[in-house]
Amino acid sequence: MVPEIGHFALILAFFTALAQAALPLLGGRIGEPRFAAFGRQCAVLLFILTGTSFACLVYSYAVSDFTVLNVVQNSHTTKPFIYKLTGAWGNHEGSMLLWVLILALYGAVLARGGRAVPAGLHSLTLSVQGMIAAAFIAFVLFTSDPFTRVFPAPPNGEGLNPLLQDKGLAVHPPFLYLGYVGFSVPFAFAVAALIRGRADSVWARLVRPWALTAWTFLTIGITLGSWWAYYELGWGGWWAWDPVENASFMPWLAGVALIHSIRVVERRDALKGWAVLLAILTFSLSLVGTFLVRSGVLTSVHAFAVDPARGAFILMILAFAIGGSLTLFAIRGATLQATGAFAPVSRESALIANNVLLVAACATVFTGTFYPLFVDVLSGEKISVGPPYFNRVFVPIAAATLALAAGAMLIPWKKASLTAVSKKLLFAGVIAAGAGVLVGVTAPSKVIAGGAAVALVAWLVVGTLTDLGERTALFRRPLADSFRRATGLPRATWGASLAHIGIAVYAAGAAGMSLWKTTDVIFMKEGDTAVIHSISVKLDDVRRIKGPNWIADSATFIASKANRAPERLEAERRFYPVRGMQTTEAAIHPQAFGDLYITIGDHVDGKGWPVRIYFNPFVACLWWGAATVVFGGVLSISDRGKRPRRKVLGREMSANPAGRADPQPAIGMSQA
Amino acid sequence: MKRLATFIPLLVFVAIGVIFAFGLSRDPSRIPSTLINRPLPEFSLPPIADAGVPGFASEDVIGDVSLVNVFGSWCVSCRIEHPFLLKLSRAGEVKIYGVDWKDKPGDGAAWLEELGNPYAAVGDDADGRVAIDLGTTGAPETYIIDRQGRVRYKQIGPITPEVWNKTLKPIVEHLKKSS
Amino acid sequence: MKRAASLALFCLALLAAAPARAVAPDEKLADPALEARAEALEHRLRCVVCQSESLAESDAFLAKDLRKLLRERIQAGDTDKEAVEYLVRRYGQYVLLLPRFEPATYVLWLLPGAAVLIGAAAAVFYIRRGRNAPAPAPLDDADEARLKQILDEHA
Repeated sequence: MVPEIGHFALILAFFTALAQAALPLLGGRIGEPRFAAFGRQCAVLLFILTGTSFACLVYSYAVSDFTVLNVVQNSHTTKPFIYKLTGAWGNHEGSMLLWVLILALYGAVLARGGRAVPAGLHSLTLSVQGMIAAAFIAFVLFTSDPFTRVFPAPPNGEGLNPLLQDKGLAVHPPFLYLGYVGFSVPFAFAVAALIRGRADSVWARLVRPWALTAWTFLTIGITLGSWWAYYELGWGGWWAWDPVENASFMPWLAGVALIHSIRVVERRDALKGWAVLLAILTFSLSLVGTFLVRSGVLTSVHAFAVDPARGAFILMILAFAIGGSLTLFAIRGATLQATGAFAPVSRESALIANNVLLVAACATVFTGTFYPLFVDVLSGEKISVGPPYFNRVFVPIAAATLALAAGAMLIPWKKASLTAVSKKLLFAGVIAAGAGVLVGVTAPSKVIAGGAAVALVAWLVVGTLTDLGERTALFRRPLADSFRRATGLPRATWGASLAHIGIAVYAAGAAGMSLWKTTDVIFMKEGDTAVIHSISVKLDDVRRIKGPNWIADSATFIASKANRAPERLEAERRFYPVRGMQTTEAAIHPQAFGDLYITIGDHVDGKGWPVRIYFNPFVACLWWGAATVVFGGVLSISDRGKRPRRKVLGREMSANPAGRADPQPAIGMSQA
Repeated sequence: MKRLATFIPLLVFVAIGVIFAFGLSRDPSRIPSTLINRPLPEFSLPPIADAGVPGFASEDVIGDVSLVNVFGSWCVSCRIEHPFLLKLSRAGEVKIYGVDWKDKPGDGAAWLEELGNPYAAVGDDADGRVAIDLGTTGAPETYIIDRQGRVRYKQIGPITPEVWNKTLKPIVEHLKKSS
Repeated sequence: MKRAASLALFCLALLAAAPARAVAPDEKLADPALEARAEALEHRLRCVVCQSESLAESDAFLAKDLRKLLRERIQAGDTDKEAVEYLVRRYGQYVLLLPRFEPATYVLWLLPGAAVLIGAAAAVFYIRRGRNAPAPAPLDDADEARLKQILDEHA
């Protein structure tokens, strides 16, 4: 019964989404404002219906209802309860339902919380959201129904891939989708702006928190995935340039560009067409990522079970959403004219440079990811594009972007003097050069790359701190005065500074892991000792242990360093009988400059246990850096800026100080 | 100029979308053989111990249009394919050579014992070197060899009646006629 | 067809589950310099039966065999280039995680630089045009009058 309720709720949700898409448009056309209000209610109803549907699926998992095919394929009675629940979205069908639920959540929040949005813009964005929701609910209903029954019901299920039975990975998809799907709101705003032929500071101010929210969630989602790959996959790495990883990274990069270009629209009323295009591109890349993961056009470690029919359906959604919005952009993009002039040395010019680099970086990842497909389709040849390519091509562009970030915040808006900016950056330059040389001299290997990487990190951190020092007049005024200035700085400024510092810290981790990771693999018997990075690691004993749905060989290592108390570490080689799969649980021992990371393999008679010992330098910087970026993002989101009504910002606001009523018809063709 | 510029993103998307559409019917894990129209790499494989079937070398394959089939007793799809190979061989449609890929001692012989032997000769490729020389990525894989001993086609995955009739048989018959 | 191939891969994957991840201790070459070369090469070669993993990372038995083969070639005196070419002859360019620079990959290798350059040119064009744009036309008498009226109203 419950699965049928879920299925039925989803069917109702489909029609609700259609109503949400059509009514506000119709209301605008015939001048009936109640239709728009009804559209807002549809958005809330859509959330309730998809929520019901999702709850029904989770319930089927919770009670192990093996009359539901999806539960059979992904669950098992011996699985711990928490993973029964999370298993609901650990598969294609369930994760698509979660995707739709999150889309409906954004729609509902937009409908309820969009009081500051001019009415015409508001109903148009909700309408666009409704179209996307309808398309994806149709996708779930027609190609990926999670509520399909199976008869006769098997006595037990096939279990969930043990790699997915993990707390980090259980929350990874929701955050990732909050990111991916969140970009649908800026997308909807962009489409609405094109239809209305108007994007201004008010528009930018409205879009900014949504773009930031989606981007911050995406940052969390990617980091969780990366963290999971690090500690669960047992390969000692954190990023592999796998197509599915790239699929999440491309909208992230475009999102960074979007956040920065929106700033220019907000402050200078320029770059509007570009910002609108970026908003479309960012969500388009989310959709392309969904296509990539679920169509099987590329091979990936992480892809879902693939089905060309699903791929064809998503491709139709892409054609409709991306093709439609870009057609709109082609026809009306030129109406979004900039006002005001740009000085070559100014914050806005620096932000344009930032956008050029980020979009180039994004295009690079896109090209590298899809190139094998392009070559296959065009010539039938099979080639591979792997990590060595991305490291060579992406890293220089990323480095240039980071180098730019240090100076950009020191450059004032409108017009700046190059000499003044250079003077302020002198200190950061000296520190960076010093740090680079120091590391270059002391590093065990990779002297040049290492020196350059550390110099870049120092440059960005010190440059950002210099900017904060300037803003608070640190050391130029009494400390109390500086403190007062610091608390008075807009939270968006703090957010941006923190995000930049976080990225620098992350870059330090990435550089450490890429340049100085050491690894060794040896056979060890109980009692044997190995030495890595002046840490001696002794294999103390190996026991057979039993978990709820696995058995494992658990190895205890004793790691000791001179003058330190020895520490005990556990590494496991688990076997999950239901799926017949093995997993590696690494022993991870954080040290001052990196992690000691140990995995064991299967015992070989006469030789012992194959033990792989890694030293992962600065790996913690990845997680702390990302956490800092996220904190910066949250701070920026919480800064709502000056209220639009307090200051006259655009023609729209000046015409309507209340900000609610819209003098134009909903589909404003006044500028066509 | 500006008017045209706004059309660029749409054009790029259309081009990419068309490639995506064609990409849907491609299998990214299917790697084309580098051996097509080139002679079989040189090898000489010993027979499987206790199987009572001779081994073979690459030059033995010259002279007749034949199939070289890479299999292993550990491979599930090979078990699916095997009865049809028997049928082909008994009907005398084509000569089939077997490469027993990375089987443990005894497993290959037991397999032929249990399921029957469709092969004119079977080489025991215990260390998997010949399979690598052939560019094999998975079992079963089958190569069509012409009279001159050149590889003319590579079949990835089991030979089903459908695969045989639609794809392999026409090639085999064409090669038999032409050379 | 696709199903069959995936089935074949699946049975390989099942078999592959057994050994420990990547190079086993007994696969290593005695000479550390040769071993280091082999390990560097492994990261640039693709495991042909895996889903976008390098030879260095894969558990599949074919990957294990290829690692062994690679080490044999290196020990036999092959240069890095020759050892890689040995695999390319058998599996094609598909094994190269770092694609070669040749006509089919010109776009791949040149696009990143081109994207930066084109972007930079477009940015310069945009900024310069903005600068050269005529200043807003001075207010005419009617505008002046209206401005004065508005200011008076809000005073």
